Amino acid sequence: MFHLPPLTPPYKRRGNKCHELIFMEFNAIYVLVAREFKKFIRERSRLVSAIARPLLWLFLVGAGMSRLVSPDAGMPYTQFIFPGILGMTILFSSVFSSISIIWDKEFGFFREILAAPVSRMSIVIGKGLSGTVVSTIQAAIVLMLFPVLGLRLGPLQIVEVLIISIALSFCISTFGILLATFYESYESFSVIMNFIIMPMFFLSGAMYPVKLLPKPLAVAAQLNPLTYGIDALKNVIFPVEEGPMSADFGLVTDMAVILILSFAFVVISARLFERKK
Amino acid sequence: MPIIRVENLVKSYGSLTAVDGISFEVEEGTIFGFLGPNGAGKTTTINVLCTLISATSGKAFINGYDCLKEPSRVRKSIGIVFQDTTLDKDLTAYENLVFHAYLYGVKKSEIKGRVHDALNFVQLYERKDDLVKKYSGGMKRRLEVARGLIHQPRVLFLDEPTLGLDPQSRANLWGVITEMPKKHNVTIFMTTHYMEEAEVCDKIAIIDNGKIIAEGSPEELKKTVGGDVISLRTRDNEWSAGEIRKMFGIDSVEKDGELYLTTGRGDSCIPELIRGLGDNVLSVKLQRPTINDVFLKLTGKAIRDEDVSGMSNIKEEVRAYRRRH
Ligand SMILES: Nc1ncnc2c1ncn2[C@@H]1O[C@H](COP(=O)(O)OP(=O)(O)O)[C@@H](O)[C@H]1O
Ligand SMILES: [Mg+2]
Repeated sequence: MFHLPPLTPPYKRRGNKCHELIFMEFNAIYVLVAREFKKFIRERSRLVSAIARPLLWLFLVGAGMSRLVSPDAGMPYTQFIFPGILGMTILFSSVFSSISIIWDKEFGFFREILAAPVSRMSIVIGKGLSGTVVSTIQAAIVLMLFPVLGLRLGPLQIVEVLIISIALSFCISTFGILLATFYESYESFSVIMNFIIMPMFFLSGAMYPVKLLPKPLAVAAQLNPLTYGIDALKNVIFPVEEGPMSADFGLVTDMAVILILSFAFVVISARLFERKK
Repeated sequence: MPIIRVENLVKSYGSLTAVDGISFEVEEGTIFGFLGPNGAGKTTTINVLCTLISATSGKAFINGYDCLKEPSRVRKSIGIVFQDTTLDKDLTAYENLVFHAYLYGVKKSEIKGRVHDALNFVQLYERKDDLVKKYSGGMKRRLEVARGLIHQPRVLFLDEPTLGLDPQSRANLWGVITEMPKKHNVTIFMTTHYMEEAEVCDKIAIIDNGKIIAEGSPEELKKTVGGDVISLRTRDNEWSAGEIRKMFGIDSVEKDGELYLTTGRGDSCIPELIRGLGDNVLSVKLQRPTINDVFLKLTGKAIRDEDVSGMSNIKEEVRAYRRRH
């Protein structure tokens, strides 16, 4: 009854050259980041709360807790939590950016993205870089507080902190994308916040050194990507390399874990975005 | 060569067969209407053709590409207007279209021109810098049609494009849709459950319970249910019925004080009828068969115009509200 076409028409083979395909993927990544950036600039309240949260933690929680920490612990508590606060800024802004995929699903826009002729990998990378850009900007703003806390950072350390921030932001953003693939409606947002993001924050070495945690919690902290990001920041920021408050792992270990996890999150999320059965 | 070809396409969800072995072809440059009640399998078919879901079995080709094996090429060849809005409401209309252009790899030097043309085509140029959340339902639909054309697809899919629109927006959108094949050199594949909308299609396929139960041009399909029905009120029905029998050899039926007669060509019968019956005739009404009659005849049930979008609009409102608070 039906016949297969004997030949592929000549117009078929146009537009599939390698450099054009790369151009398409690059364009898609670019426009996903541009969209996020535009929305970030437009939503003032998001920026304000993104900056206010770390300030509150630093000066209210940090100042209060510092009374409990003995002065011979190696450094003032407000200095100790500074890497943790940077990590928190990155955690919240990256996750918020990636979780917006759930909003996009709910409001349909995600179908516009999924229907496009770009690889799922590019969509994940584009979304991951979106979170990276807005998180790194916020982390950089919070970083400017370091003199107020009595920390001394040279230009090299500042560059290192920014590089770690970029890597950690990408890692957490792609983790957020992976989370978002499992949820269809934003009602799950508070579940994610309360049962995943807050525990991640508290079990990351941000508020207390991982080496002081009881065994089961220490294990949980070691499974937490944020732990390695904050630890990397501690390695660079803290003046002391010894003592109960120093970093828990080496900088190389930290970075290796972050990069390997990022890669894994990208690959798994891209798989999960493939067409539905 | 047809621009869309579907062969024995099946899509099952567990024990439910949403699309049950359908086959059809769509010729390039035509408007193809996919008609059927809610739950018939229209959206599922579109999703398979648009490479968004996989098929259980069967084949589908668009523009010569295999929908099941060459998703990226198929995607480049098509534009889609989904049943539910898929615009970013926090961006402007202009930004939504530019986003789409980048996503589909339109050359940078061409983006501006294409976006302007598309906005002009759907008469939204004046409102291009408004956030989409300020748009009415009809404007959103038109914007989505414009977006679907930005990357110059060979086929544009429209899933229930007029659902939930007021009559004026519907008419407006219809103007846009019927203009497209010529103006933008694109084939239209649209679904609807509004039977009267199917009249403008070059070809329609009626789907029910996942199966295509009829296929052809609207005229061909309407012929299958028999001729036109003329109903008339006269001063003397009994005498008139006798005259009609003498003139056309047709028996007419009297119901509620009106005479009904079925003929092949109703419009050419009427002048003769009036000449024959003279000033006995008080009023004449011609009823042509509709696609709804076709559906009624084939399935024994009418396609109801239950307003699905009513519900989904409410849902969307609630979501938007919750999101703001
Ligand atoms: N993801 C899904 N899982 C299970 N059943 C589905 C899914 N999508 C659609 N269906 C079912 O398939 C049938 C056809 O649905 P659909 O194609 O949306 O119909 P239409 O668009 O013609 O109204 C319906 O019975 C619907 O409930
Ligand atoms: Mg549908």
